[in-house]
Amino acid sequence: MKPWLKWLPLVAFALCFVLFRLALSHPENPVVPSKQIGKPLPEFHLPAALPDMAGVETRQMKDGKPHFLNIFASWCVPCAQESGALMAMHDAGIPIMAIAIRDKPADITRFLNRYGNPYQAIGVDQGSQVQLAIGSSGVPESFLIDGQGVIRYQHIGAVTESDLPQLMTIWRQITA
Amino acid sequence: MTWLKTGLALLAFAVFSFQLISYGVAEQPYDPYAEQPLKNPAQENQAQDLMHTLRCLVCQGQSIADSNAAMAADMRAIVRHDIEKGWSPEQVRRWFIDRYGDWVSYKPTWSKRSWPLWILPLVILSGGIFLITRLFKREEKP
Repeated sequence: MKPWLKWLPLVAFALCFVLFRLALSHPENPVVPSKQIGKPLPEFHLPAALPDMAGVETRQMKDGKPHFLNIFASWCVPCAQESGALMAMHDAGIPIMAIAIRDKPADITRFLNRYGNPYQAIGVDQGSQVQLAIGSSGVPESFLIDGQGVIRYQHIGAVTESDLPQLMTIWRQITA
Repeated sequence: MTWLKTGLALLAFAVFSFQLISYGVAEQPYDPYAEQPLKNPAQENQAQDLMHTLRCLVCQGQSIADSNAAMAADMRAIVRHDIEKGWSPEQVRRWFIDRYGDWVSYKPTWSKRSWPLWILPLVILSGGIFLITRLFKREEKP
């Protein structure tokens, strides 16, 4: 046996040690991006969450104009943080459609009275079916949908003022 | 005094159970198939096996069968509905992978990224066998 060969197990152990140490210092990314970007929205029809506002369906988002689709819930704490940024987009003339997850009309009304209503329509998704079908894994999340109803961009987490420049850039790209 | 105590105890019990009930109702998942098994036992078995190998999206370390999260309940309902419609478990798994990537499935696959995991044990084993045979050959000599 060649003399260097007996060191092989030690070297293998050292290599494994370094590999595991490096892997442990990069904790798993908890953000799960959707694989549905670039694909058309599934066909759905969500009933209106509030009596005085429209529900949300795929047909509305295939009218040739892009839409901003926001997934939120009145019980979701970070959803309250994005109200300012969403209102700014609303004021810039962007139509914001909303999907409320596992929510009740009274709670949604209270939420909108408190934080403002940037939405054009709110559909309620009680069983998260539409949310799961478009690859969204939590609230809040937002999607940019082009005029043909194709998902073009996903924003995970609350939309903040600092996200607006990037979102507006993508918005202009899909509007052009 | 005994009747007073009994009465108070009954009242406390009634208040307590009412709270339990209202809490239970509030937490009820929207779709009964989140908890209720399928009528066909063979299909329910398929659904159960699949649920144990799909990852809960919000509680990441658990399967959707083990998780109490509302989203896991909604995912179980989707699994049961699809299996009832006659989808194969692998079709349902594919539906979730198309939306969340391989990440959502606990079932190991042979892919561009994962093949070293399958090969590595074989490499290490053959290395070990090689070392041991060399070692024994040396001992036979004297």
